[in-house]
Amino acid sequence: MDGNWTLARRRSNLAGRGAIIASIRNFFQQKGYLEVETPFRIPAPAPEAQIEAIPSAGWFLQTSPELCMKRMLSAGYPRIYQICRCWREGERGVRHLSEFTMLEWYRAGADYRQLMEETEELVRAAAGSAGIAYRGATIDVASSWERITVRDAFRRYAGIGMEEALEGGLFDELMVEKIEPRLGLATPTFIYDYPASCGALARLKKDDPTVAERFELYIGGLEIANAFSELTDAGEQRARFEAEAAERAAMGKAGYPVAEKFLAALPSMPESAGIALGIDRLVMVLLDAGSIDDVVAFTQEEL
Amino acid sequence: MYTAADLRKGLKITIDNEPYIITHFDFAKPGKGQALYRTRMKNMISGLTMDRTYRSGETFEPAHLEDRRMQYLYQEDDHCVFMDTETFEQIHISEAAMGDAKNYLIDNLMVDVLIFREKAIGVDVPNFVNLRVTQTDPWVKGDTSGSDSKPATVETGYVLRVPPFIEEGELITIDTRTGDYSTRVKE
Repeated sequence: MDGNWTLARRRSNLAGRGAIIASIRNFFQQKGYLEVETPFRIPAPAPEAQIEAIPSAGWFLQTSPELCMKRMLSAGYPRIYQICRCWREGERGVRHLSEFTMLEWYRAGADYRQLMEETEELVRAAAGSAGIAYRGATIDVASSWERITVRDAFRRYAGIGMEEALEGGLFDELMVEKIEPRLGLATPTFIYDYPASCGALARLKKDDPTVAERFELYIGGLEIANAFSELTDAGEQRARFEAEAAERAAMGKAGYPVAEKFLAALPSMPESAGIALGIDRLVMVLLDAGSIDDVVAFTQEEL
Repeated sequence: MYTAADLRKGLKITIDNEPYIITHFDFAKPGKGQALYRTRMKNMISGLTMDRTYRSGETFEPAHLEDRRMQYLYQEDDHCVFMDTETFEQIHISEAAMGDAKNYLIDNLMVDVLIFREKAIGVDVPNFVNLRVTQTDPWVKGDTSGSDSKPATVETGYVLRVPPFIEEGELITIDTRTGDYSTRVKE
């Protein structure tokens, strides 16, 4: 039989992926979360300087379900989750697919600290008794997970201050080359308190407004999730959107219509925390796959 | 012009007027941050490698390389001489630029000469070449040392390890990609 060997040999990974997604749904159901579905095609994505939405018949394919899910929070849905497709133009590599699967969940009354704890519970549930052995390293998910501030990580792994790296335009390079490879090796790592300028939809920390209440989860050097204590101040959010839009314009990137309905709903949004987790990446670490290609049925090149 | 988004393994670009081939490529994008295009590339003239990281919007000049089918004629000092068998034009390539390819050059072998900006910068030899063994020690029957190979010199002067049963004067096939013995040629 000739057949599609590349697709056929992914069978065990795709079976594993299905089981992981089933365990995630089970986790949220037991926690009292409502599974929701919001439109993939939207008129006004959040303007973020470094994320490119793909145009779709005058509107855009979502880069995240964030704005619609926050409108649901504002309308009185306090615990919601969604597993959906997102699209980001030009993102392709062994850890990136331009069309990928995102898990987002939002919880009213919580902050990013509580979300770290819930993320630990979720990943433990998805990993099951097998734990995580990724690329030859055993990552202990049962013990308490490492937590490190972005500031400490720059000092420890890059030998430079976080502000200094930002001012010198080296923040992203140092994060990729010096810091990310050191995160999530012994246990998964939460790296938190990002510079205020790196969290357009995040609340600033009350006792240190130079940083935003934002964290990322890394496992085996791989970025798995991004979370915030959500910004609920509509005036501040509008100003942040305008700043991001100005940055996009300065780089010659396309502008998006302003997400007015989201901004109008924001004053009714309770204090909440929300998180976006890359399902494909989580499946990679749980199944010990070296490439994101190994955990999906089809990549864009195979269509 | 290529942009950073075009970078991928195998792409040939020009940097400081020299051709480079990308040997490793990695797309990185730290959460909410900018896209970074991390490359390792080899200078196609010197063979030296370097690591470079690029950002969106950077542009690159393609390296246009031309393959010319030519015949190896002979070596002269530290140069090898090749001829286009249709035009009879001859070119010289330094031994240094030849790299490992010079291990496999026998008179009249047809090779692909790589041309960059009208200058020959190297040659591609066939994946497999047949060369005659000019020196190797005879296999001592009853050798109990357990050795499963022995050194042999072929007609180009190249020395490699061959199975014990290979004798002087025999023709062997060599995999030029690894430089290793492949098989014995029955004549």
